[in-house]
Amino acid sequence: MTTTRPNTKLLIPAKPVGIIGYGAYVPRYRLPAREVARVWVGGRTSGLPIKEKAVPGLDEDVVTMSLEAVRNALKRAGIDPAEIRAVWIGSESHPYAVKPTSTIVAEAIGAAPHVQAADMEFACKAGTEAMVMAMGLIGSGMARYAVAAGLDTAQGKPGDALEYTAAAGGAAFIIGPAEESLATINASYSFVTDTPDFWRREYQRYPEHGNRFTGEPAYFKHSTTAGKTLMEEMGTKPADYKWAIFHQPNTKFPQRTASLLGFTPEQIKPGLLSPVIGNTYAGAAIIGLTATLDIAQPGDRILMVSFGSGAGSDAFDITVTEKLLERRDKALKTQDYIARRTEIDYATYSRFRGKIAMK
Amino acid sequence: MEIPRHWRLNQQRYGLVGEVCPHCDTKIFPPRDICPACGQDAKTTFAFSGRGAVFSFTTIYEAPTGFDETAPYTVALVKLEEGPLVTAQLTDLGEAHPEIGMPVEMVTRRLRSDGDERGMLIYGYKFRPVLKPA
Ligand SMILES: [Zn+2]
Repeated sequence: MTTTRPNTKLLIPAKPVGIIGYGAYVPRYRLPAREVARVWVGGRTSGLPIKEKAVPGLDEDVVTMSLEAVRNALKRAGIDPAEIRAVWIGSESHPYAVKPTSTIVAEAIGAAPHVQAADMEFACKAGTEAMVMAMGLIGSGMARYAVAAGLDTAQGKPGDALEYTAAAGGAAFIIGPAEESLATINASYSFVTDTPDFWRREYQRYPEHGNRFTGEPAYFKHSTTAGKTLMEEMGTKPADYKWAIFHQPNTKFPQRTASLLGFTPEQIKPGLLSPVIGNTYAGAAIIGLTATLDIAQPGDRILMVSFGSGAGSDAFDITVTEKLLERRDKALKTQDYIARRTEIDYATYSRFRGKIAMK
Repeated sequence: MEIPRHWRLNQQRYGLVGEVCPHCDTKIFPPRDICPACGQDAKTTFAFSGRGAVFSFTTIYEAPTGFDETAPYTVALVKLEEGPLVTAQLTDLGEAHPEIGMPVEMVTRRLRSDGDERGMLIYGYKFRPVLKPA
């Protein structure tokens, strides 16, 4: 690394950083999209956005799900949690309006009290925002390890298009020095604008969205620009990457982004989970990364692009190292959680998600 | 409001942290600072693996105040791998029926809220059927 920064749009840490450990979590319950269609559109099943989505149990929320994902990441990292200097958790469904999720997680994993703790918020890219911050903390030499996670228990208004896909799950990473990493993060690039495609005002239970405004000017523009700019600045092309992951609010959007950027269906296959777990919001891109790391080989290069409404995309250039092979079997894999599946009907879903008025 | 009591119990309840006796190696949960086996001081912190087996169980249909949101649920006596018996809810049973000897593992879940929807949320350990690689 040179001491004078080159004139680049990329974020490149002064000291190389990477992923020391990673972990996923998906709750066990599944609501098929056809169940939502049965209740709200007379069972019309043409054009359903996904097959089914993951639903949290009555005793689950972003705190409990984060804990399991972080514990899985710690099993792979094999580090002393007391050496963690930051716990940053991205979500738009933190259980408290005021009181951090991150302090509860930090305490429970044994990272407190010598630690930074904060909750990130940026719609579906809050998790990757936490990753970029962790890259900065570790890459500057301020600390050795940081936790960056993104999980959600997303809610859609009953009958709304989002109710078919708004799901629960996510992933967590221990970020640390590159020499200890199972995958190095070579650089990141973020593309952010003020675009009102989706929002939720305070005290409102369900989000609002700009309907057709959400596609072209929001999701596609930000995802493709972030991916394209990262590759231009890195001097890479789609064929240099073995795998790619894009934010996945449904099945088609990430497929189309991949195709617009010149990636093949094979490249996005292991990380395309939205058809079977839905849109896990802050978890959506990064749980695609954990599923990809579960099958990747040393030397594989991975492009990941998140998208958060409001709006912005974070793109990452990642290279898998030899250390992945000795660590990945130390915790449950993403597909292990996907295979654990109990189908529920709309009535059970309504109870689980607190949609039944009790008073 | 029982905030101080909940706060003191955090470590023990989030992570199944107990004690180990430095004299006879007995693992102790919940922590009580005195070894139940040899009667000597035992204050060394010990994090349990969280693995165990159902020793006995019962299903609660009429839940006490604060737990009614999740009723019906199953409460079990779980024999931890390291020895102690703990009482906790079973969760994520799905279609599985609890049975004696069922291997279970600890997860941290939301237990209840302290009072109504304005109260603090209380998290703690429960056990679920061991989740095996697919
Ligand atoms: Zn003793």
